[in-house]
Amino acid sequence: MNKRALRNLKEKSVRTFFFLNGLLAVVVLAGIFLLLLVSAVPAFREIHLREFLFTKTWDPTSPLKETYGILGQIASSVLVTLGAMILAVPVGIGVAAYLSDVAHARVREIVKPAVEILAGIPSVVIGFLGIVLIGPALAKLFGLGHGLNGLNGSLLLAVMSLPTIISISEDSLSAVPPAYGEASLALGGSRWQTLVRVKLPAALSGIIAAVMLGMGRAVGETMTVLMATGNARAFPTGLMQSLRTMTSNIAIELGEVPYFTTHYYALFAIGLVLFIMTFLVNMVADIVLHKYQQRES
Amino acid sequence: MTARSKIEARKLDFFYGSKHVLKGLDLACPEKSVTAIIGPSGCGKSTFIRTLNRMNDVVAGTRLAGRILLDGADIHDPEMDPVELRRRVGMVFQKPNPFPKSIFDNVAYGLRINGERRRGRLEEVVEKSLREAALWDEVKDRLRENAFALSGGQQQRLCIARALAVRPEVILFDEPCSAIDPIATARVEDLIQRLKTEYTVVIVTHNMQQAARVSDYTAFLMLGELVEFGDTKTIFTAPVRKMTEEYITGRFG
Repeated sequence: MNKRALRNLKEKSVRTFFFLNGLLAVVVLAGIFLLLLVSAVPAFREIHLREFLFTKTWDPTSPLKETYGILGQIASSVLVTLGAMILAVPVGIGVAAYLSDVAHARVREIVKPAVEILAGIPSVVIGFLGIVLIGPALAKLFGLGHGLNGLNGSLLLAVMSLPTIISISEDSLSAVPPAYGEASLALGGSRWQTLVRVKLPAALSGIIAAVMLGMGRAVGETMTVLMATGNARAFPTGLMQSLRTMTSNIAIELGEVPYFTTHYYALFAIGLVLFIMTFLVNMVADIVLHKYQQRES
Repeated sequence: MTARSKIEARKLDFFYGSKHVLKGLDLACPEKSVTAIIGPSGCGKSTFIRTLNRMNDVVAGTRLAGRILLDGADIHDPEMDPVELRRRVGMVFQKPNPFPKSIFDNVAYGLRINGERRRGRLEEVVEKSLREAALWDEVKDRLRENAFALSGGQQQRLCIARALAVRPEVILFDEPCSAIDPIATARVEDLIQRLKTEYTVVIVTHNMQQAARVSDYTAFLMLGELVEFGDTKTIFTAPVRKMTEEYITGRFG
């Protein structure tokens, strides 16, 4: 009897331990969100939400009139991210299709882990490449004074989101039942037709999720764009201009801003906008991926 | 046997890696008739039927020796395009494998990859093929629905319709009824019987009654070798080899 009580106690304490661990993760995340919210809200005592979201000028330290418009930063983030996706999506899907359909098993076993390791390269190293390698190359290629601009950022973000896009797209292409491919081949379909008309459509939801997750990474990336895009506060009119994204603006200014000023709160408000954007992107990815897994089973 | 042979294997050997799966097979399937391939599990009957449209090409680590002739022409000749070959030699698989597309798009697939875009022509062929596969009446009002909404037996007939749509000359059936229920099986068998007026049919089956019911000729395979081949009636009533008789009467297998 005593032994049983002891075992029950042990069982109970282990369960409590794991429950507390799970709770900790949730509490920390909720705490971060709450801090963000609490720090962002005071900004709107002095700034109109509409002014904040739809004004192009961000000049919180102006001696004449402080302006807090983040439209330029939103546009910069969107522009750099879209540029990155235009570069990364075709390449990523192409590589995924090659790995799942064309490459020998041995090639795949080497290339896929290698691509996944690429995701582990610190972003500061990629930013470094942007400054010393891609910057000068772009300047030379397009005859610019310097190559620290939106395109540079897009190129680097493309490289950074490729591992996610390739890895998850390849998973979903490999999960397409081989019977589909066999059916297409047996009807006289070429390998190319089989890939484009049967396998890619069957894997589409997984590929969309892959792109969304890659995009989530690109939108939130800070160090790389901070180093490579030139940090100009002007509203971007094209990828050849220097620009400043939401993430780099926060990183640059938060270290120097006087605490508990409107400027300080406004930076948190930018963070909140960014959080909502990445949250939406990730949620869409999750819904699509979930739907796809349900259909498979 | 007086009928002209449509597709035939000559001294066919097949290897999976170092495993010798088919051993010196000589087998000729007569035109516009049903040839059944029977034999115990692992005798190589599925492997054999997959060599006839070169489906094993896509399987890594396989090797083939000997010849397979379609209308007297070697299908491994460099002149012969495997894609073109598979348009002439269609296949229906063990498990129904419709695409995750609509019923219409499934049947139209083979035509579309051949570049057929005319709506009217597609509709015409889809209807004709579904009628031939005895499925038209059941699906004519729901052609836009996903093929997965059909029952297993309907899916298999859809796969047959899909194969018929490209007007092949030979249709290979790889145990087409092993995954569907008895009533659906009866319908598919019926269908196979009717197909032989226009097509040459080769069917692999582990079900001897099925072979007896649907085929004109039967080949008995054992451990990769052809034991006996002849018209079905003879094989089932007066087989020459003792091994054939024992298998057919159910003493092993």
